[in-house]
Amino acid sequence: MNFLSLNLRGALAIFTNELARFFRTVFGSILSPVLTTSLYFIVFGAAIGSQMDPSQFGGVSYGAFIVPGLLMLTLLSESTSNASFGIYMPRFTGAIYELLSAPVGVAETLIGFVGAAACKSLIIAAIILLTALLFVDYSIAHPVYAVGYIVLVAAAFSLFGFILGVWADGFEKLSIIPMLVLTPLTFLGGTFYSIRMLDEPWQTVAQFNPVFYLINGLRWTFTGQADVPIALAFGMTLGFVVLCIAVIAVIFKTGWRLRG
Amino acid sequence: MDNPILDIRDLSKTYKSGTVALAGVDLQIRKGEIFALLGPNGAGKTTLIGAVCGLLRPTGGTIEAFGLDVAKHWRQVRRRIGLVPQELAFDMFGRVDHSVEFSRGMFGCPPNAARIEEVLRSLSLWDKREAKIRELSGGMKRRVMIAKALSHDPELLFLDEPTAGVDVELRRDMWRQIGALRDAGTTIILTTHYIEEAQEMADRVGVINRGKLLLVDDKASIMAQLGRTEARITLETPLAALPETLAAYPVTLEDGGRTLRYRGGDGTGKGKREIAELVRALVLGNIAFSEIDTHDSTLEDIFVDLLEGRDGVPA
Repeated sequence: MNFLSLNLRGALAIFTNELARFFRTVFGSILSPVLTTSLYFIVFGAAIGSQMDPSQFGGVSYGAFIVPGLLMLTLLSESTSNASFGIYMPRFTGAIYELLSAPVGVAETLIGFVGAAACKSLIIAAIILLTALLFVDYSIAHPVYAVGYIVLVAAAFSLFGFILGVWADGFEKLSIIPMLVLTPLTFLGGTFYSIRMLDEPWQTVAQFNPVFYLINGLRWTFTGQADVPIALAFGMTLGFVVLCIAVIAVIFKTGWRLRG
Repeated sequence: MDNPILDIRDLSKTYKSGTVALAGVDLQIRKGEIFALLGPNGAGKTTLIGAVCGLLRPTGGTIEAFGLDVAKHWRQVRRRIGLVPQELAFDMFGRVDHSVEFSRGMFGCPPNAARIEEVLRSLSLWDKREAKIRELSGGMKRRVMIAKALSHDPELLFLDEPTAGVDVELRRDMWRQIGALRDAGTTIILTTHYIEEAQEMADRVGVINRGKLLLVDDKASIMAQLGRTEARITLETPLAALPETLAAYPVTLEDGGRTLRYRGGDGTGKGKREIAELVRALVLGNIAFSEIDTHDSTLEDIFVDLLEGRDGVPA
């Protein structure tokens, strides 16, 4: 594919249309995740966290320890749901005909839908980080890596959400994966604890949870320490991005669930 | 046909379920014409449009538009094609003007407020430009669909049941707008259930059933080949048998000899001339009659005959 032949105006049209949908419901889109995360910070960070021994968390306060995990929880759920909803709605209403009959391919679709979904979740992530400052005293050890990693995770799970939105044939399926898979994996992936606090065999079992690596990757950028090598966390996230792009390319090539 | 704007060869589509939606369709469309595709529900009309516009993948055959293979040169081809689908499908919470601007962008066109205004005004939507689409009536929503399809100035426009579910006044209004598009040089392919619509607007007509094109021809030529004139002459005294003087005409006795039925002509006026001669023959033969009811067959009659395989036409 020649980059010059890309329909960038088409990609921009999808991107701005998706963002416009987000800003039409901006109050609900932002308030809900910010309120939920704030409650976590109040309950776990401020109330319970003040009773926790920082030595168990690498010397940082418990409130600061859970910031990356909670941020990851928001990033995963928002990226996935934004992207899945973004592509599922036109399928549901029939407006997908416009995408299929327009001169837009995989690249334009991904820039438009996935870019907008990632952008939305990044806006929410930024607001949550600012909100966290109201409840918890935290700092970011590697800010450049942190921004890069947050963008990477947002992109990865927006891609995943896009696949989910193409796969789903009903609203129920749209919410099953975030509710029954992503949220439990995030909670069990060390959002609120270090796996070093777990006894065997649970410490080993926890390492089979892919979200565990994501949380620890982000935690390293915030605190400078993590339960796993940072290169492994970055590598796994990048691998997930590549896998999702490959799946989406196959979806477009075969027309699965998009073209009859 | 030389240099058709759309050239479909041996197009077939079989769904995974085994349903054959298109079975070897050949169709060429002339630049600048209005082509009406008629057929009952499930005949393959929407599938044919979907195959050209990229909504589905054909099982076999080739489609060329503007001389380019649609499968290979889809980017170039799609920029020049517009589609108004049968269903009202858009983001109902979006604004009318934003929705039309979005469509223009999707087809790679730069923003052009003047063009958007022109399209909206031509469809009497300008006053509703800031309205949410869900607030519009069904007819206005259908106009928005057309505005979206016209926003990138397509050379080839597909209208899938463009007037389905709209009232008579709006339907006639849409016919005028479609006529104006043709006058502006747009080639239009429309599917319709309203045969009156095809009769009113189309230059050529195709009849499709069970995935096969039964007939494609100029509207006037179809009427000439398959058009019929019917007359029912109510006799005052029943006839036991057809008189010799009437044997030369395509007439039959019905209703116990009380009605003389003429069925002939070719859509060019021959039928009416023969009926006049028939009436003179009745008068000369002292056969009294009280009523004459004549009727020219419409495209609808021809369409029904085609689907039912009557009069020797293929079905």
